[in-house]
Amino acid sequence: MKDNIITRFSIWTVLAFCLLSVNGCGEPVAQGRAVYMLMDTSGTYTNQIQKAEMIINYLLGTLDSGDSLAVARIDSGSFSEKDIIAKVTFDSRPSVATSQKRAFRNQIDTFVRNVKSSPYTDISGGMLQAAEYLDETGAGERHILIFSDMKEEIKKGHKRDFELPMDGIKVIALNVTKLSSDNIDPRQYLGRLDEWNKRVVSGGGSWRVINDLDHVETILAGVSG
Amino acid sequence: MLEREFHRINAVVSRDLSGYPNLHRQLNEQIVKIDEDYQQSTEVPPEAPGWAKAVDTVAKLRNDDSGMVGKILVDIHSTIKKSQQTALDDYRKSSSKRHQLLKNMMPYWRKLSLTLSDVDKSIKNLEDRSKAIDQQMENYEKIRRLSPQAERTLSSSSLTQFFISGMILTIATIGGIVNFYLIALPMSEMVGANSMLGPFKASNVAAMVIITLEIAMGIFLMESLRITRMFPVIGMMDDRMRKRMLWATFTLLLILASVESSLAFMRDLLAADREALRQTLSGIQATNPEFRWIPSVGQMVMGLVLPFALTFVAIPLESFIHASRTVIGVGSVGALRLTQVFLRTLGNVFYHTGNMLVSFYDLLIFIPLRFEDLIAFYGKKDKHENPTSHQVNENSVERGHGI
Repeated sequence: MKDNIITRFSIWTVLAFCLLSVNGCGEPVAQGRAVYMLMDTSGTYTNQIQKAEMIINYLLGTLDSGDSLAVARIDSGSFSEKDIIAKVTFDSRPSVATSQKRAFRNQIDTFVRNVKSSPYTDISGGMLQAAEYLDETGAGERHILIFSDMKEEIKKGHKRDFELPMDGIKVIALNVTKLSSDNIDPRQYLGRLDEWNKRVVSGGGSWRVINDLDHVETILAGVSG
Repeated sequence: MLEREFHRINAVVSRDLSGYPNLHRQLNEQIVKIDEDYQQSTEVPPEAPGWAKAVDTVAKLRNDDSGMVGKILVDIHSTIKKSQQTALDDYRKSSSKRHQLLKNMMPYWRKLSLTLSDVDKSIKNLEDRSKAIDQQMENYEKIRRLSPQAERTLSSSSLTQFFISGMILTIATIGGIVNFYLIALPMSEMVGANSMLGPFKASNVAAMVIITLEIAMGIFLMESLRITRMFPVIGMMDDRMRKRMLWATFTLLLILASVESSLAFMRDLLAADREALRQTLSGIQATNPEFRWIPSVGQMVMGLVLPFALTFVAIPLESFIHASRTVIGVGSVGALRLTQVFLRTLGNVFYHTGNMLVSFYDLLIFIPLRFEDLIAFYGKKDKHENPTSHQVNENSVERGHGI
């Protein structure tokens, strides 16, 4: 009798274990990472786009299955899906994820070759679009990388004086170049960065500036980690 | 050890002595055959030559050439000679036949000798095993009597076994880790890379499940081969059932090893694809190395061989489990002894510290007490001189006496 119970228990345990093993053992949980990269295409900053491409390549090499990556440009009106150059959520199968990375890189290559400069720089609109995308991904870690001089120039009639919803988002400003006017009065540069810091932090996010792109792996350690 | 010896004896008895009735019958047949041949080969003594005297007499008769008698005698002589020759030939023939019979007996003798030698070998083997059992029984009796020597031998033997098997198990664990890394990445292709089972990646858990299944199959295989005896149920199975189980576990192990080999190949492909992507992303032209197939084949072979190598884990595992009982016991005794020494030392420290403190207190208190005694003494003196002061100094006097 006792042996019979033990035998039945063992059989059911083994069956349950096998079923769990075969069925992939559960649903994906919100533990992935999502990165939204904004590339400034206004004015002379377009010349810096090669550096942005290098960072995207690094992100492609670092992000893994289940992570999301989107690259968008900052132009005259950035709060639009049309400004997203490429976006992807990497498949759970590594082989498919590798193919997706190749396709993503090709899209970025095409964009870099044909990029055109825009007259205005709508950073706020781009950040709002980024926050919306990141929320939709439902990722555990959310990052916005802004590749820009952070000098916002809004088209006449556009309203951007609102609080940015940056709750739980880490914002990293990359390669914030100094303008000629900043050289005359460095307080402009510092004030500009301080203003963005306040806007991001008041929206619930965190703010960081990284200008040294020589060691990409250390720069993005916070993102990849 | 003793159990193993009994099993060996059982095997010897089953293998050799089970055929004993047959052997006995063969021996009997051989002996009967030899006996018959021997009976036939006995030399029949030639008949006593009764005519020899007659021949002799005839030969002594005077041959006077009378013609008739002489002729008869010559005829008789020649006839007798012929008869003698015939008898001689017959005798030679029968002798030859007997020799032939004796010659035919040779293989039977040899066969008999071989059979007896086999029996002798079996009995000798049995005798050796019995001696081994006697030795083991003696040890067992010593253990039963809880003799210190047996206890020491047992614990030292267990410690040796424990460390040796522990070392082998460590090596096997490293092998298992290598095996795990070989199949963890391709497993994510099957169960998804971002599926989680609690805090663990599902692909890692699946890879671990395959490895543990391989080890379990290996243990069952070893049990079926009766190399290890961790599961009495398998050990007690009849040979037919045991052979079935042996083949079933071997087949499952082979399937798992094949799966692992293909996963190892897939891992190589995935790694190569990923490396090519990395090269492209860093702006280097992706190249295909000349001897790229060598690591691919190597990984496949490893994937196939490692599960079978892990099968042998069962042997040190059994020793480890058996030895760990004694080692844990020895360890517990050691720990208790250490605790005992520690507590005893602590007790002594407190005891002597207490004594020291009392002595120190005495050293400090004797001065005030001396003063108290002096006061009491002088108080008493005053009481005799002035009786009204008696009540006031009474307490201090009593205390002074107490001390």
